[in-house]
Amino acid sequence: MKYLLLKHYRGGPTPAVDYPPMDRWTPEEVDAHLQFMRDFAARLEETGEFVETQALLTEGAFVRSGGPGQPPVTDGPFAETKDLIAGWYVIDVESWDRAVELAGELSAAPGPGGKPICEWLEVRPFFAAAPAE
Amino acid sequence: MNEALLRQLVPAVIGVLVRRGADFASAEDAVQEALIRALDSWPQDPPRDPKGWLVAAAWRKFLDATRAETSRRGRELAVELEPPAGPVPADDDTLRLYFLCAHPTLPQGSAVALTLRAVGGLTTRQIAAAYLVPEATMAQRISRAKRRIAGASFDQPGDLATVLRVLYLVFNEGYGGHVDLAAEAIRLTRQLVALTAEPEVSGLLALMLLHHARRASRTGPGGRLVPLAEQDRTRWDTGLITEGVAILQAALARDRLGEYQAQAAIAALHADAQTAAETDWAQIVEWYDELLLLTGSPVVRLNRAVAVGEAQGPRAGLAALADVSPDLPRYAAVTAYLCERSGDLERAADLYAEAARAATSVPERDHLTREAARVRQLLRR
Repeated sequence: MKYLLLKHYRGGPTPAVDYPPMDRWTPEEVDAHLQFMRDFAARLEETGEFVETQALLTEGAFVRSGGPGQPPVTDGPFAETKDLIAGWYVIDVESWDRAVELAGELSAAPGPGGKPICEWLEVRPFFAAAPAE
Repeated sequence: MNEALLRQLVPAVIGVLVRRGADFASAEDAVQEALIRALDSWPQDPPRDPKGWLVAAAWRKFLDATRAETSRRGRELAVELEPPAGPVPADDDTLRLYFLCAHPTLPQGSAVALTLRAVGGLTTRQIAAAYLVPEATMAQRISRAKRRIAGASFDQPGDLATVLRVLYLVFNEGYGGHVDLAAEAIRLTRQLVALTAEPEVSGLLALMLLHHARRASRTGPGGRLVPLAEQDRTRWDTGLITEGVAILQAALARDRLGEYQAQAAIAALHADAQTAAETDWAQIVEWYDELLLLTGSPVVRLNRAVAVGEAQGPRAGLAALADVSPDLPRYAAVTAYLCERSGDLERAADLYAEAARAATSVPERDHLTREAARVRQLLRR
């Protein structure tokens, strides 16, 4: 069963831990955080639960059709005001419980002072393939 | 026979089919199918004449495909164009194939894919894996590219500058999956050097070799970016550097300077320094001046400012940034570096953080975030 672990720059429930942006951590704290992320992905690959991970740039905009013969209409970017998706992991696990367990682990990535940042992660199951007739 | 050697034969075989009257797209398809068969059967049953085997197999595939399309016309073709017996001519049309694949009417991405397939002999699956897209997607891109140049004559190809740009694009894609695109680009450029006497082709090959020589030292544990000044120079590939420098010197001696030769000269000066401190920045600035005359490129102007900062001090570097557009990628990162060196740590930290937000790759973003963190730590002391 595939699940999406969605990371947000902001948005979602009120943060459990208030930590400054990463460029205000110490270099060692930055290294420890990045190492944790790499280890997490490597561990999932070992258990056969890793599917993919992608990071997204902060910039972006909402776009919609402007009507026939018209250029598309864009709104944004909203880097300062709205929810933004930072990136995602796709995992393939046995159960919802396992997906929640892994999201919990990922959320415990170390931040300033080595303390877990406890960021909120959105966990969403994928639709399955269409059933065979 | 290894796979690389087999792939080397592909452009020549396509050339033979085209000369016998096949259109480019069908010839390319037929050779791909023959190639897949060869990869399959040669390990157990290696042919005595690999090129002859491929030509024969591809020609049969081409005839089959043509027959399937219009059986009557196919039969006529088969009779009319039955290949003469005997050895395949040694000369080939590889150079024209390069030009055709890098046809100016093709979007760059398509030109890259087509070049990798028709000249490089990679299978669609391998190209798709290298670009991390589904095989069906890559197959579509390639057939669209072939349709697009269907009308282009095999005799009126594109220009060499486009070919070189396509090869450099391939080189810069790096690698994904099992295909190392940097190594593939070097292989194809070597082939091109053997086919033309143009010094810029040698310049591009030298540039690739000199960059490639540093590849192992460019990333640390977990893919972390290691900047040039901090790289472990004992890990540079001296064999590739020696070769690159020799090729560059021979090209420069022809006295027809171009942008790839100038870029290779800069890479050679970096390669030549035993330590970062021994880098001959004054000469690097001179090469950037040449490069600027040749290209007028704003990116060159930006990189030149870094070199000026090293050669004449950070204030001179910042002054050189005056006529560079702040909209350029890496502008903030370069300014941050020069600010830090000039002692303006506050501004440097802010600019590193800004550069991290604008970075377009994860390793680059992580590196710049760490730089911001490092400078802020200096500020707190």
